[in-house]
Formats: sequence, structure tokens, C-alpha cells
Amino acid sequence: MSDLLKAVEAPANPNIPELTPGDAVSVHVKIKEGTRERIQEFKGTVLFVRGSGNDASFTVRRLASNGIGVERTFLTRSPRVDKVVVERHSVVRRARLFFLRDRTGKSARLKQKF
Amino acid sequence: MLKGLIGKKIGMTQIFDENGVAVPVTLIEAGPCYVTQVRTVESEGYSAVQLGFDEIKPKRITSGELGHLRKNNLPPLRFLREFRTSNPEVATGDKVTVGQVFANGIRVDVTGISKGKGFAGGVKRYHFHGGPKTHGQSDRERGPGSRSSTTTPGRVFKGSRGPGHMGDDRVTSQNLKVVLIDADRNLLGVLGAVPGPKGGLVLVNEARKQ
Repeated sequence: MSDLLKAVEAPANPNIPELTPGDAVSVHVKIKEGTRERIQEFKGTVLFVRGSGNDASFTVRRLASNGIGVERTFLTRSPRVDKVVVERHSVVRRARLFFLRDRTGKSARLKQKF
Repeated sequence: MLKGLIGKKIGMTQIFDENGVAVPVTLIEAGPCYVTQVRTVESEGYSAVQLGFDEIKPKRITSGELGHLRKNNLPPLRFLREFRTSNPEVATGDKVTVGQVFANGIRVDVTGISKGKGFAGGVKRYHFHGGPKTHGQSDRERGPGSRSSTTTPGRVFKGSRGPGHMGDDRVTSQNLKVVLIDADRNLLGVLGAVPGPKGGLVLVNEARKQ
């Protein structure tokens, strides 16, 4: 990539650690309501991370009420992402955890990595 | 005031605007340009500024161009282009940079030479629908269909759309918003796409239709 393209990249957010698939995370997102700004949490499992620079993003899946899966993709360099807290790492053997979409309950558990 | 610059397309990326929304941006290395000549109504019959861009080795340009530039103690420049302006406010030999000409939020027109596509069919060139894929058709998927009527008029009208050479044309993208200016790196960022390949020459002008 050209140096000039890199020059306009947004600075990396120091409050976002390196994420790996399978991490249980809590994403703190800034939300504007009229003039007020508040922070919303989105808790779930990282399905995959992709891209680099301003393009980088990660997708988090969580189970909402009635067992309906909700997936949300965040741009890692976005100023709207306030911080990401990694609650635990898991043992996974692939880069994209699409198999989690077909699973619920006990079979959707991942083994914790120490 | 002069409202144009010569530049080089760097490529596309996305940046975050003040609301935190990712927007598509084309980066242009705009300038620094030198004023190589100021054309006036008295001497040339019209008012314009000739700008030069991209310093190169002296042996890469003709001696005629070299002499034209040497006259004003300017370095050898690869591109010379004219920008019409009624009130130039610059003098021959001046250096013009992005920060002097453009500002964040204004609208510009960007002109470039589009990527050549070679001899292209009607589907690609004019978005013809092509033929049916099924119902017994075997070899008409991207065909142009019928070009005209029968005995009357008995010919194809001139200017009818059809296959032919596509691209490599001078194209202007109008009313692009300037979202980024980096005076140190001579960088200009405009919202959306710009004609031409990466590294291609582009002319940036103030928007005509604001």
C-alpha cells in the first residue's frame, strides 16, 4: 500500500486490545441521542476479525431474547467504538467461527484458553 | 483567484468523518504546481493560468518546453495544463499548493482519463440486457439483439449504440466534496470515485454547477 494512503489512517484506539476469534468481549459503543452522548455495551463472542488500517473490522455474535442470534460488525478504527474489554479467550481451531451460527445452548460453548 | 490544480490519483480508501461515519475517499496528490505562464486578454485574447506539475529530468522533455520553463527559472516539468480564470492573482514563477487553492467542504470537479476497456460489447458498454438464458436459446446471452427496423428505414441510424471501443476517454466527475486536505503531504481527499487508474493525471477544478 502506498505511504500516502497510510498517512490518512485514523490512529489505532489504545483501548482496543488485539482480538482473536472466540474471545468473549464487551464492546462499548458511543451512541448519540439528540445532543446527549451515552455508551452502550454489546457483549458476545468474536466470530472473526478482518482487514487492516481503516478497513479493519470485527464481528461479534450474541444471543438475544428467545434465542435469536444478533451479529454486529464494528470498524476497529471507528471513533464510535469507545473501548473493548476481553473477558476470556477460547480454544478455537479456525479463523472464522461460522459453525457457532448453527449451534445454541451447550453445543455453542467454547473451551477457555489459559 | 486561481481555483484549479494538477494532481496524481493515489487511490481510494475510507476515512471517518466528524460524526464517526466511514466515508469513501479518493486521495489525490495535488501539486505543488508552478505557474509557468499567465495568459491575458491583451496578449492572448483570453485570461488563463498555465500550471506545471511533476518535476522530471531535463532530458525527458523537448527543448522547446525546456526553454519555455528556463525563461522563468522553473525546473523541468512533465505536465503543462491551462486553467481558465478571469482574475488569476498569481504571477509567473509562483508555486501553488493545495492549501492555497482548496479548503475543506468546498465542491470540486475532477477530470481524468478513464481506464481503457478495449473493444467492449453492448452489455458492458451501454448496459444492454442481452438475450434470454433459457427457452431454447443457446448462444445469445450477451448479444446486442436487433439494431434497427425493416425496409423503412432500411439502414442503421448514425450514432446508434452498439459494441465498440470503451474507456480511455476524458471524463469529469462533478461536484465532489473535499473532505481532506494535508498541506504537508500535498494531499487532497474527495468524496467518491475519480476517473482513471492509480497514478493517472487528474485536473482538479472548482465545481461549475454548485
